[in-house]
Formats: sequence, C-alpha cells, structure tokens
Amino acid sequence: MTRLERNDRLIRLGLLMIAFSAVSILIVITLFIFSEGTPIIFKYGPGRFLFGLDWYPSEKTFGLLPMIVGSFFVTAGALLVGVPLGLACAIVLTQFASKRVGRILKPVIELLAGIPSVVYGFIGIVVIVPLIRENLGGPGLSVLAASLVLGVMILPTVISISIDAFQAVPPSYREGSIALGATVWQTIRMVMFPAARSGIVAAVILGMGRAIGETMAVIMIAGNAAAIPGSPLAPVRTLTSNIALEMGYASGEHREALFATGVILFVIIMALNILANRTSARRKR
Amino acid sequence: MAGNPRFEQKIVRAVLWTMTGATILILLFIVAFILRRGLPEVSLEFLTRNPENMGVEGGIFPTIVGTLALTLMAIAIATPLGVGTAIYLTEYTWENRLTRIIRFGADCLAGIPSILFGLFGFILFVTKLKLGWSILSGGLTLSFMILPTIIRTSEEAIRSVPAAYREVSASLGCTKWQTVTRVVLPSALPGITTGVILSIGRSIGETAAVIFTAGSSLHIPTSLFSSSRTMAVHFYILAREGISMPNAYGTAAVLVATILMINIVSYYLMHRFTRKYS
Repeated sequence: MTRLERNDRLIRLGLLMIAFSAVSILIVITLFIFSEGTPIIFKYGPGRFLFGLDWYPSEKTFGLLPMIVGSFFVTAGALLVGVPLGLACAIVLTQFASKRVGRILKPVIELLAGIPSVVYGFIGIVVIVPLIRENLGGPGLSVLAASLVLGVMILPTVISISIDAFQAVPPSYREGSIALGATVWQTIRMVMFPAARSGIVAAVILGMGRAIGETMAVIMIAGNAAAIPGSPLAPVRTLTSNIALEMGYASGEHREALFATGVILFVIIMALNILANRTSARRKR
Repeated sequence: MAGNPRFEQKIVRAVLWTMTGATILILLFIVAFILRRGLPEVSLEFLTRNPENMGVEGGIFPTIVGTLALTLMAIAIATPLGVGTAIYLTEYTWENRLTRIIRFGADCLAGIPSILFGLFGFILFVTKLKLGWSILSGGLTLSFMILPTIIRTSEEAIRSVPAAYREVSASLGCTKWQTVTRVVLPSALPGITTGVILSIGRSIGETAAVIFTAGSSLHIPTSLFSSSRTMAVHFYILAREGISMPNAYGTAAVLVATILMINIVSYYLMHRFTRKYS
C-alpha cells in the first residue's frame, strides 16, 4: 500500500466520523433532555403531569394539560391560516405563474423564512394584538393572535416543501391531462394533487412541527396564562413558552419540571419528524 | 359552475393569485413597517455607542460585537462538520442504511425547536461543563442548530458538480482526496458559501437558543468565556419589557436590514452558481 492510499483510508475514516456528528449530537441532546426531565415525571406520575390542570410550581403542582392543549390550539389555528395560503402560493408558483414571475416571487417568499421570530412577535404586539383588542374585545394577547402570526411563520416551510412535491410529479402526467382537454385547474385538482399528496402531507406535518416548536413569537403575543383557553380570544400558554418563561429563575424540582415539559415537546416533535420522513419515503418509492 | 370548467378555472385562478398576492403583501408589510419606523432611530452613534441605563438610552455596540462573535464561533464549528458530512455522503459512499441514518439524524436535528437547543446548551455547556453563560456555550449551541442546513446545502452543491470533472481528475491519476480538495470543492464553493451565508442569517436572528446559553450581559465581551447579549436578544428584552420602544425599533431595523442583505447576497450567489451548471 502506498503512502497516498494509506492517507486516503485515514481520510475516509475521518470523514465517516464527521458524518456521524449530526446523529451523535441528536443522541446527546435526547439523552440530556430525557435524563433531566424524566425522573420527575415518574416521581409524580405521568398521569398527573399529562392530565393535571394546575401549574403551581411553587407548590410543587405540575399539571401540563393547559400547555399541551394550548400548543394544540395554537398549532391548529396556525395550520388553518398557513396551509391554505401556503398551498395557494405553491400552486400559483408551479402551475400558473410564468417562469419569470416565479423566479421573482420565490426568493421574495423565501425571505419570510429569514425574518427572525422575535420580529414576528414584535409585529404581533404592535399591530395584531391592538387590532384584536379593539375590534373583537378581550386582552388581544390570545390564541387568535398567536395563530395568525404562527400561520405566517410556517408559510415558508409549507410552501417550499409543497413546491418540491408538485415539481416531483413527472411532467408527462400534466401534459397528458392537458392533452386530453382538461383545464389547468382540472389537471391540478384531479392529477397533480393526488400525485403530490404525500409530499403535501409532509409539508403540513413539518409546518405543524414548526408551529409547535416556535417560542419567542408566541411568548410575546399569546398572553401566557397557564389555563385552558375558553375562546379564541383568551390568552394561552404553550409548552415552549412554559419553558422559556420560567427557565430564567427556576431551580430544583421546578427546573426539572421544565425539562419534563421539554421531554413532552421533544416526543411530539420526533413523532412528527418520523411521520414526515415516512410519508416522503413512500413518495420516493 | 361544474358545467363550465373554463369559468371555474378563471375563478380559482383569481382566488389563488389573490392569496399569493396577500402572502407577498404581508412580507412586504413586515419589512417596510420595521424599516420605516426603525431606520430613523439608527445613526452612526446608535451603532457605535454603549447602551446606557439598561438600553433606555445609548446605542447597541456591545450587542453587535456579541452577535458577530457568536455567529463566527457557530460558523467556525459547523462548517467543517457540515461540509465533511456532505463530502462523505456524496463522494465516499453510496446510498445504504448508514447514509439513511445520517440523513435521518440531520433531518431530525433540523426539526428540533430552538428552545430545546437552548435547554440542552444550558444544561450541558452552562452548568455541567461549567462554561457559564458565555460566547463559547452560545456558539457551540448555535453551531449544532445550523449544522443540518450546512450539511444539506453543501450536499446539493457538491452533487451539482458534473461527474465528468471527477472522471477527468481520476483519469489523471489523482487520488480521491486530491479530486475532492482540488476539483470538487473549488467548483462547489459558491454553493457551499450560500449555505454558510444562510446559516449566518439564521444565527443572527436566533433568540431562544442564545438567551439561555450566552446570557444577556450588556458589556462588550472580552473573551470566549464572557457572557454576551446578541442584537436579537437585546431587541426581545427591549420590546418585551417595554424598556424603550424607539431603541427597540432601531435594533429591529438593524437586524432586519442585515438579514435582508444576507438573503440577497446568498440568492445572488446561488443564482450564479446554478446558472453555471445548467
């Protein structure tokens, strides 16, 4: 074996180790969050954590149900706003817009992804919240405000993944349908949509993941009351805001309970990731 | 309506275009709103002076230094790891179970919310490794967060280098590594740079992961172990605690303008890169 060949082997080994960095980081994060968060869940019982209605950390009552429901409401609201808008953009950009218009609009929409979440939260405070307070009543800091802002924040995810899904459909499908005399809309509805379905589902799932995981924007506009919201105009606290709001001063069991909140969030996110991975894997086959 | 597909298409088309237009208007509104209210607050003095009175008065100089330090640190760690992973995935192996695991790991890492990175960084770097709230803790945490982006963009860039380049290099008797470092990487460099620039944008805007790992000290950082406040964290604290609205708008304008420029540069680079190979 020459020196060069030996070097090449070493390099291959080195690169293989580097290639595992992402996986190892994922494993380390999982281990740390679980080892910090699960002992307290089992100390007080998973049932009381998941279904307890009261969150009074100073009295060692750690019920996370309001935050779980809160995250769910806010995410559902975000999907109601973001999915129709996102799909509309993806359809227009791939099916209706000319190549030139698409080339201008796509980067403009991608810019949405670059805007920091604190800026979205800020726009929420100074524009959306007063608008809701004055026109619909309530404190303004609400499920509705959070849903609207999150709905816009998940747009880049929904749009870019559904664009990929539409572009992955073989052009012959579309051409065949048009040749049979179908209009562009009929083609989209009856050919493109069914063919791109799994990709669109993946787009919605990943958008959901983004909405559940968003923190700073939600803290700023959701009101953060740890109770199950009775209406869309009521304030709400999500799992993410529960962690971020109290992390700064929590200690002892309170801090462990925040890690337990992280465990629940982590499990939800991983489930969504695996689901999205499965749906897109099916598409590739 | 069902009777006339052409009429139906006209309506649907109008509705979809309106929705797309609305999306673009929302984006333009956000950018215009922040810049119009914030830019008048920005001056050379605002950028170069220290904040006074917790940020009620004065400038944002230390937060600019803090943002730069954290971002550089994150990029310096994540780029070699990300590009190395991409080289392995594209040049040194074929699709198999191993690559699927590596890709799945990167995808999952990309989906983890920033607050969980913050929690993790806080418990590992700040408390367990006793690095405290510092540029080191914050930079390491951020580098983990941007790693998936760098892996994905570098992989795409390397894949788009024509196979003929590699074949010629191999036929001239170059080893794999020589081919990678002298032929593939230079050709893929603009694409890789685009990914790095996008990650810089993400690091600059990040708040949740940074606030618990780098802290929020308003002093100019003097070493890797000093706590530091980034522009995004400063803006968050100013806005949320209602310390100073004019300064919050000013900081937001600097933040948004920086990110806008970063996106435009990366788009320009990407555009030139893809045109070269298609």
